Amino acid sequence: MRFMMIVKHKEAQGMPPKELMDAIGKLAEEAIKNGTLLGNGGLSPTAAGASVRLSGGRVTVTDGPFTEAKEIIGGYALFELKSKEEAVAGALQFMELHKRLWPGWEGETEVREMMMQQDCAAKA
Amino acid sequence: MTSTDTQRAIDAVWRIESPRIIAGLARMVRDVGIAEDLAQDALVAALEQWPQSGVPDNPGAWLMAAAKHRAIDHFRRNARLERKHEELGREMEEKEMAVPDFAAALDDNVGDDLLRLVFISCHPVLPSEGRVALTLRLLGGLTTEEIARAFLVPEPTVAQRIVRAKRTLAEKHVPFEVPRGEELAARLSSVLAVIYLIFNEGYAATAGDDWLRPALCEDALRLGRILAELAPQEPEVHGLVALMEIQASRARARVDESGAPILLLEQNRAGWDQLLIRRGLAALAQARSLGPVAQGSYVLQAEIAACHARARTAEETDWPRIVTLYEALSQIAPSPVIDLNRAVAVSMAFGPAAGLEAVDALTAEGALENYHLLPSVRGDLLKKLGRLEEARAEFERAAALTRNARERQLLLGRAGACVADATPSDSE
Repeated sequence: MRFMMIVKHKEAQGMPPKELMDAIGKLAEEAIKNGTLLGNGGLSPTAAGASVRLSGGRVTVTDGPFTEAKEIIGGYALFELKSKEEAVAGALQFMELHKRLWPGWEGETEVREMMMQQDCAAKA
Repeated sequence: MTSTDTQRAIDAVWRIESPRIIAGLARMVRDVGIAEDLAQDALVAALEQWPQSGVPDNPGAWLMAAAKHRAIDHFRRNARLERKHEELGREMEEKEMAVPDFAAALDDNVGDDLLRLVFISCHPVLPSEGRVALTLRLLGGLTTEEIARAFLVPEPTVAQRIVRAKRTLAEKHVPFEVPRGEELAARLSSVLAVIYLIFNEGYAATAGDDWLRPALCEDALRLGRILAELAPQEPEVHGLVALMEIQASRARARVDESGAPILLLEQNRAGWDQLLIRRGLAALAQARSLGPVAQGSYVLQAEIAACHARARTAEETDWPRIVTLYEALSQIAPSPVIDLNRAVAVSMAFGPAAGLEAVDALTAEGALENYHLLPSVRGDLLKKLGRLEEARAEFERAAALTRNARERQLLLGRAGACVADATPSDSE
């Protein structure tokens, strides 16, 4: 099962502490070694991005920063795991690191299973 | 957390952590069976304690520490305790004190321990099904029940295979080590074969609860990726990973809504998983960077898979290169099936007449007498050449040879189409 972890938080909480970045790096390294991490990345501030929105039949482009947004997406990771429980366990570990190494930071990791056609089995 | 949540959390932690715990213990006690028992004891302790105490911050470290304590107890309890064992136990305890940090303990020898565990689980002294079961159990973290379901055999059968395998390893005093020198190549090929077997069991399954099978592909991929991290200097390991990643990338596009297979060239390439393709191509590049001299069979197969993956449309496929690759593959692993694949590639690269010539050479050898794909391919080429009556006979022969009902239907349909095509049509 493939999962996407989407990390959401308030923008402008400053740069993460080096200890946290190191710990996350270590966690990612472990996950690569045990074959579960497919890809991950952090996102630049929304000031460098844009939003292309369809609403009321009109498509509008708004450059960042997304000042209206309460929370923005700060990063993501893709995992191949056995169960939602494994995914939640991983997200828990990730958030525990934030709790320990970035006091005051608030945010969430959304755990979402990716839709896949489970048809590896058929013969072709 | 409810007790169910805790139970699930333990299951999740166990699957990820158990291989290295078992691997670490196996190095200490020099017996895979005892190592697994001790690791299981630690698991039982977690099941007893975590619902009360909560899941610890670093559950892997907790399990490893609990398992090590049990290993020390095991040495102490043993009535025939030898002095050597006592020393070993003390030494381990000292190490335990010296390395309270799980992360630090992980760094070096856990990788080596895991690699040893891979090699011993795939040891040639074991029968093939024993290797597969033990590998999935010890390295994949699967339960006996899960393995049984995946392979459509009764659970006691799997349990017995695992017990026998562990007993055999103990009786034959198979050392817990990474083979060196000349032995390494042969042993590594056994490991790769086991992983690819697991993958193919998921990828080319012909029966059973289909939805369970993709899990086997994922298990094999994960084992392959782990192995690539453990043995990064081996081109064939990266070759196997590349092959599996690229093949798995097509999983979504391989069957239609009714479950009928879609052939490679007819698949909707938009359905191919680009993430897996990129990972596969990266693994292949890694393999190539390691050894231009002797290309192994997995690297070559991955190269062929990559030719398809790189082509945005079926027409863009680099068939001449695929012909060359099949020729190289045929040299290191001669097989009439590979020659047949080569003949198909020849027909795509140089036309049906050239392909037919290659197929007829194979027919003359007689090696594929009962293989339905030979007349099927021949029928295809004859049809392309407009020799419809001969084509029909080949498709019918192929239909009589296949054991797969869906395929037989397909082949009889094509035989029928030859007759329909042969009758004068009023469309022109």
